[in-house]
Amino acid sequence: MLSTIRQIAAVILIALQMSLVVTLENGFYNRHMGLLAVLIMALLLSWFLLSGLTRLSDVGGFRSRVSKLSVPLIFAFMLLLVWQSLVCGFDVPLVLLPAPTLIVTAAWHNLPLLWADFQQTYLKAVVAGYLIGCGSGFLVARLAVRSQFLQNGLLPFGNFMSSIPIVGIAPVMVMWFGFDWPSKAAVVVIMTFFPMLINTVAGLQSVDPLHADLMRTYAAKKSQIFFKNQLPQAMPFIFNALKLNSTLALIGAIVAEFFGTPIVGMGFRISTEVGRMNMDMVWATILVAALAGSASYGALSLLERMITFWHPSIRGVKH
Amino acid sequence: MSGQWYKQQWLAVATMFILLTIIWYLAALILNGNQLIKNLERRQQSWSYSQIISEAYAVKRPALPAPHQVVAEIYKSVFQTKVTSKRSLLYHAQITLNSTLLGFVLGSLLGIAIAIGIVHNRTLEASLMPWVIASQTIPILAIAPIVVVVLGAINLTGLIPKALISMYLSFFPVTIGMVKGLRAADKMHMELMLTYNASARQIFWKLRWFAAQPYLFASLKVAIASSLVGAIVGELPTGAQGGLGSRLLSGSYYGQTVQIWSALLMSALLGSLLVWLVGFTEKRMLARRGGQ
Repeated sequence: MLSTIRQIAAVILIALQMSLVVTLENGFYNRHMGLLAVLIMALLLSWFLLSGLTRLSDVGGFRSRVSKLSVPLIFAFMLLLVWQSLVCGFDVPLVLLPAPTLIVTAAWHNLPLLWADFQQTYLKAVVAGYLIGCGSGFLVARLAVRSQFLQNGLLPFGNFMSSIPIVGIAPVMVMWFGFDWPSKAAVVVIMTFFPMLINTVAGLQSVDPLHADLMRTYAAKKSQIFFKNQLPQAMPFIFNALKLNSTLALIGAIVAEFFGTPIVGMGFRISTEVGRMNMDMVWATILVAALAGSASYGALSLLERMITFWHPSIRGVKH
Repeated sequence: MSGQWYKQQWLAVATMFILLTIIWYLAALILNGNQLIKNLERRQQSWSYSQIISEAYAVKRPALPAPHQVVAEIYKSVFQTKVTSKRSLLYHAQITLNSTLLGFVLGSLLGIAIAIGIVHNRTLEASLMPWVIASQTIPILAIAPIVVVVLGAINLTGLIPKALISMYLSFFPVTIGMVKGLRAADKMHMELMLTYNASARQIFWKLRWFAAQPYLFASLKVAIASSLVGAIVGELPTGAQGGLGSRLLSGSYYGQTVQIWSALLMSALLGSLLVWLVGFTEKRMLARRGGQ
């Protein structure tokens, strides 16, 4: 009974806080500090709301799925509400931090521009570099697993490369390949190659000795062993590298654009709009980058579920 | 592992190293040679291959400096200049190192704190964990310059903004590793603790904390490498304040390729040194508990 009352109170207070932010003039906390109490109460009560929803996940079935989705979403919504309330309430200057609503409006009004940037950075540089980098990393790993000598030489080098800031190679690539997207793709290739190499080697070697013996007992050919035994075993490792690389690739391309670009691209947009102090536009570009990064990661996770449906870590997940 | 195996490993690494150096020299010859040939043909002068080969390794602004040029530049800017001078690579490396270490310490503490919260509180886990993972799919490095510029606007300059970026990059691997590690305690041990009616705090300090240490060190290695990347990218917009990142940027503005490559090599050395240090600490810490 008490918990139900708390949850209803939480919803009421959150709605009240939203109406305050929408109706009052900017800078309302500067005028009436007392209004902060509403926000704090809403936050405290929303914690009860979240705990209640978390407990739902024990029930299982449809309810637990609702809980798994709704809890992070409500949490994120509360964060955005706090951000919006504080920025509007204390009238924080735009240069410091624009309100979420302003960022979304800026994004909405500049859609064509943002789309052109996205095409330049993501669809050209990131996709090309990612495919070449991951592909060559995979092929070299396949060679390395066959030869002990190559492995001994390559792996320490690969580990060394993963401990150094490869992003620093960006200015060199811009010099070699010019200002347009090929130079960014080159940075992405170098950044994604080594994680793929190391993970694929580890994956191909993770074969159960019993399975390897069985394959030999069946007189399997080298190619059969690879496709029927090694590759499926390596899939979880390969997908780890692919997911890690999807973020690395985006970072590499955007940072490389700080060193010289044509007049289009996400990195270019960020650096020029910072110069003009158009922070809402900068944040809108970041929003696009965040969406692109999360979408790639999510798509890869889905693909992983489809391909490695047999793996215990996937099978164990209750839908 | 026998000594024989080590020898082979050493041989393979050495072969790899020599091979890479040869490739580097050849690439430098091809890239710089083409540059020279273009220049000479533009001035309508005749050229011969022997002349190009002799000049390719001594160009003032080469497309790819030869290894010995980079080593000479590093030697000059490390040993032959005062550490306090702006031309000294050590001076810049030390600036980068400061923000890397500060960010690494803050990020690790934050990561450990979040992990402890997640392990002990289910609501926190359900609401925070998805966002911890989502936070890493955002190319945060791309906004590093903004963070620095914005904080500069409210007169926060120098170490803190860069350290904040390093912190953001390093907290994630530590959080993920620690959540795994704090839950990796042996089931029998855990049940023993419960049998003794141990409190959550006692279970944490007597069991979970130690079970998590191997995981912690594995993620600290990743975290310190990310911290360094964060510090270097954070230095890009603050050319005047120095640091390896600003050396990279000024080098690329003025076409000083030798300067870029020496800054790159320096950051590579710094990165591998830091990761090695974490690994060394790990060996010492875990050896006390009978680890390998």
